[in-house]
Amino acid sequence: MRTGTETVGERVTGIGLAMLTGAVLAFLVAPILIIVPLSFSSGSFFYYPLPGFSLRWYQDFFSSSFWLPSLKNSLIVGTSATILATGLGTLAALGIWRARFPAQALVLALLISPMVVPVIIVAVGVYFAFAPLGLTDGYLGLILAHTTLGVPFVVITVLATLSSFDRTLIRAAESLGASQITTFRRVTLPLILPGVASGAVFAFAASFDEVVVALLMAGPGQRTLPRQMFAGINDNISLTIAAAATMLIAISLLLMIVVGWLQRRSARLRQSG
Amino acid sequence: MLRGAAAALHAALAGADDDAGDLRRALRRSRRREQLRAAALVLPLFLFLAACFVVPIGAMLSRGVIDTDITRILPAVTAALKNWDGRDLPAESAYAALIADIRTAREAGTLASAATRLNYDVPGFRTLLFSAGRQLPAELNGSARDALIGIDPKWGERETWAAIRRAGGPATDFYLLGALDLRRDADGSVVGGPSEQRVFRDVLGRTLWISAMVTLMCVILGYPVAYVISAQPPGRAGVLLFLVLLPFWTSLLVRTVAWVVLLQKEGVLNSLFLSLGIVNEPLKMIFNRFAVYVAMVHVLLPFMVLPLYSVMRSIPPSYVRAASSLGARPFTAFWRVYMPQTLPGIGAGCLMVFIQALGYYITPALVGGADDQMISYFIAFYASRTVNWGMAAALSIMLLTATLALYAVYNRLIGVERMRLG
Amino acid sequence: MQSRKIWAVAVTTTAFVLSVAALARDLSVVSWGGAYQDAQREVYFKPFMEKTKTPMTEENWDGGVGTLRAKVQGGNNNWDVVQVESEELLLGCEEGLYEKLDWAKLGGKDKYLPDAVNDCGVGAIVYSFILAYDGDKIKADAPKSWVDFWNTQKWPGKRALRKGPKTTLEIALMADGVAPKDVYKTLGTNEGVERAFKKLDQLKPNLVWWEKGSQPPQLLASGEVAMTDAYNGRIAAANDKDKKNFKIVWTNNLYTVDSWVIMKGSPNKAQAETFLVFVNDPQNQKNLPPKIPYGPTAKASTPLIDKSVLPNLATAPQNMASALPINDKFWLENLDKLSQRFNAWVAK
Repeated sequence: MRTGTETVGERVTGIGLAMLTGAVLAFLVAPILIIVPLSFSSGSFFYYPLPGFSLRWYQDFFSSSFWLPSLKNSLIVGTSATILATGLGTLAALGIWRARFPAQALVLALLISPMVVPVIIVAVGVYFAFAPLGLTDGYLGLILAHTTLGVPFVVITVLATLSSFDRTLIRAAESLGASQITTFRRVTLPLILPGVASGAVFAFAASFDEVVVALLMAGPGQRTLPRQMFAGINDNISLTIAAAATMLIAISLLLMIVVGWLQRRSARLRQSG
Repeated sequence: MLRGAAAALHAALAGADDDAGDLRRALRRSRRREQLRAAALVLPLFLFLAACFVVPIGAMLSRGVIDTDITRILPAVTAALKNWDGRDLPAESAYAALIADIRTAREAGTLASAATRLNYDVPGFRTLLFSAGRQLPAELNGSARDALIGIDPKWGERETWAAIRRAGGPATDFYLLGALDLRRDADGSVVGGPSEQRVFRDVLGRTLWISAMVTLMCVILGYPVAYVISAQPPGRAGVLLFLVLLPFWTSLLVRTVAWVVLLQKEGVLNSLFLSLGIVNEPLKMIFNRFAVYVAMVHVLLPFMVLPLYSVMRSIPPSYVRAASSLGARPFTAFWRVYMPQTLPGIGAGCLMVFIQALGYYITPALVGGADDQMISYFIAFYASRTVNWGMAAALSIMLLTATLALYAVYNRLIGVERMRLG
Repeated sequence: MQSRKIWAVAVTTTAFVLSVAALARDLSVVSWGGAYQDAQREVYFKPFMEKTKTPMTEENWDGGVGTLRAKVQGGNNNWDVVQVESEELLLGCEEGLYEKLDWAKLGGKDKYLPDAVNDCGVGAIVYSFILAYDGDKIKADAPKSWVDFWNTQKWPGKRALRKGPKTTLEIALMADGVAPKDVYKTLGTNEGVERAFKKLDQLKPNLVWWEKGSQPPQLLASGEVAMTDAYNGRIAAANDKDKKNFKIVWTNNLYTVDSWVIMKGSPNKAQAETFLVFVNDPQNQKNLPPKIPYGPTAKASTPLIDKSVLPNLATAPQNMASALPINDKFWLENLDKLSQRFNAWVAK
């Protein structure tokens, strides 16, 4: 592949590898590509070829008394959890980066652990702990649980940004007479902002996709979108699910582009800084 | 930040007569201040996680080893059974104590909790307690023992009373043993549970097996893909990586729904196969192990490809070329030179995939059959479909122990701060 | 400092959320989902909300008294009115999971069918578990009984049953030749239980489980199974709505009543009672069977029902002839024991 003197064997291996890669990538993307056209079907079954094109399932989504409220619930919970997780996570990442303190490795492992502990254990734990406090009757319980699940993403992305952050910049700013606060606001924050923002996007995505905690804890008044989709698959499987899925895919695509842009921006800032 | 230290240093150096002790002390002081500040920044999140994560999970897990319902609800009989030798039936006083307890508990509406707990140990205990509660005469004339045995001969069996004593708490190994299909008999020795109720060893084994198979398939599929992508020029590699990242970002439920649509009997794949004449009748591809593997590999594959890719990208192609020019055959060059350098990536990917697979719940629940459910399913089942919280906790203890052990390995080998996200 | 701003935002958000959480929640009504709940929504929920201006949320569930125990004992009860099956009614009432009903408000016990009256619950519908198959796929020589359900030689394809011992064990025994009148006598003995599980063992390789009432029609429609047990109304609704040709075998159907209960400690008890009065008004009840053929529980409703749907109800004399009334007393005593056995058997 790389040199002109490849043998037949190498060429066969190369072609084989390329075909395998193509097949695996197709496997990865195919389900998504198949569900999107279905959402525009004019029929009511999960069949190809489509009987015709229509927007009836989107109409159903927006006129249903279940789907739209669940989208609203997801947005309320997701936004609140993101704000909390981003605030707490960014501060903690700054603290860990700033100086070594005793048992730091252990503390960091703890901060990341919500990402590793199986969600069902988190869900059952908060369900038992929050129920007697009355937290399961409104949004708050769900928001707190989703904040927990989102925090590791913020800590990791902000730490990653900080790890390539040049500490001499701070010393330079301070030697020029800037106060600590000014240094943070004018130097540190702008440089780590892309990391903070992509951490926030991750945290939002984690909440927006979370179904296990919602399944166990949310009452009929806090049904989130994934919870509604889960009920939909189990109960009334209709193409409205395909419409909801398509919109979710569009949202993830958007979030993904935002994160990609933020990461490139942060790399550029570092190079120029 | 470092300004404090710099100022201290400056002051120390400026004064010619300052000795080294002062300098060291000032430095230490300023370092201590820095540490405190750093810790203060971490503190809010630390406290938040303690309150909303560590304490709730700890409290939940403790239900797997703490057992106080029965002493609380049936205090007299548990006290009376303390001195019971367990060889013969308990004394008349224990029977009388139980009757008094049942009456109080019935009145207080707590009998149900006691019945539920005892029913886990001896199926049918619920009925035993409640029919005693319903049928006991208001006034006892004669022996309490005769009255109870008259209602149900089970009250004349040692095992019935042993169950009450076993549930006397405060600590218990009942649930942990139960999670391994073991129980204690009337004499207190550990024996296997009744054969028709042995499921958890199967479930634990199945959970490990499915996770291992999924990890293996992810390596087999992910390795060549990561290799091919890492060998592409940056532009094309970006496009291919996008194809890996898109499913990674797509909602887990959306992908699971998509597999339901694809695999079901009259779904997309079957109609394709039928129209191409590959099969004559629809294949059964959903609600079985096959569907679980397909969907889980699909969801977890990006977690394998991404760490492999980032390791492979950093391996200079000159190494393999050097090996080839020294006469190594392509396979030898790959196996002896290239592959060893990708081991950190393989390790990271495998641990990530395996750890996540262990805790899978939604995907097997939606595409698997009844005998494809993993341990998480049973935790959810015991927590929300029955009130057997002790069992849910015991199973959680097992799952969490396995997960945290692997997490520690990951942390040791790779470092948590190096976890890759998209 | 920027972090202070972040904190301010966080505190404001938390305060906002707390104030939202502090608001009393709306009346929540829980039923069985799918076509049935769609019908209830049209006939009961929407008219109720309009008439009384009470905001309401709905949920669906797939049964099991454990779910209700977990809600009440876990202190996490966010349900108010729930539709339950007969043994869930008895078990839960005995355990104090429900509020006691004020029958004077509901117009007195005489107004209802005897099976629909309980201290804790008022009957919602009368229905049957029946054998169903797709008439477009099995045309000639159709199955006639539970015995045929087991015959996978003559009628190849999977079978679906409801996941749980209740109904499944009865069906297994009837398929094994036990007469409906002897079913519970047999099931009351250890040998009878063994016999039922043995019979199920024969079918296990071909069995698929359903948990929600909406699943059997879907399983038939997708061709996933050749025969299933099902609620009679769901099958009729699928024929009606999705233009299916599903057939019902009424032989040895399992007949029972579902009830409405109010969960213990519900903060919306008064609204819940108003709701129960509304759904038991014969003028409202008569509208349900034309949408989904489940029988009403108030005596005065039957004469008001559209005559054409009467033969599709579980209460039609020809459908009652060979029916097995589900024995809720039996299940009150045995559900826990048999559930444990059944769950272990399924998970193997």
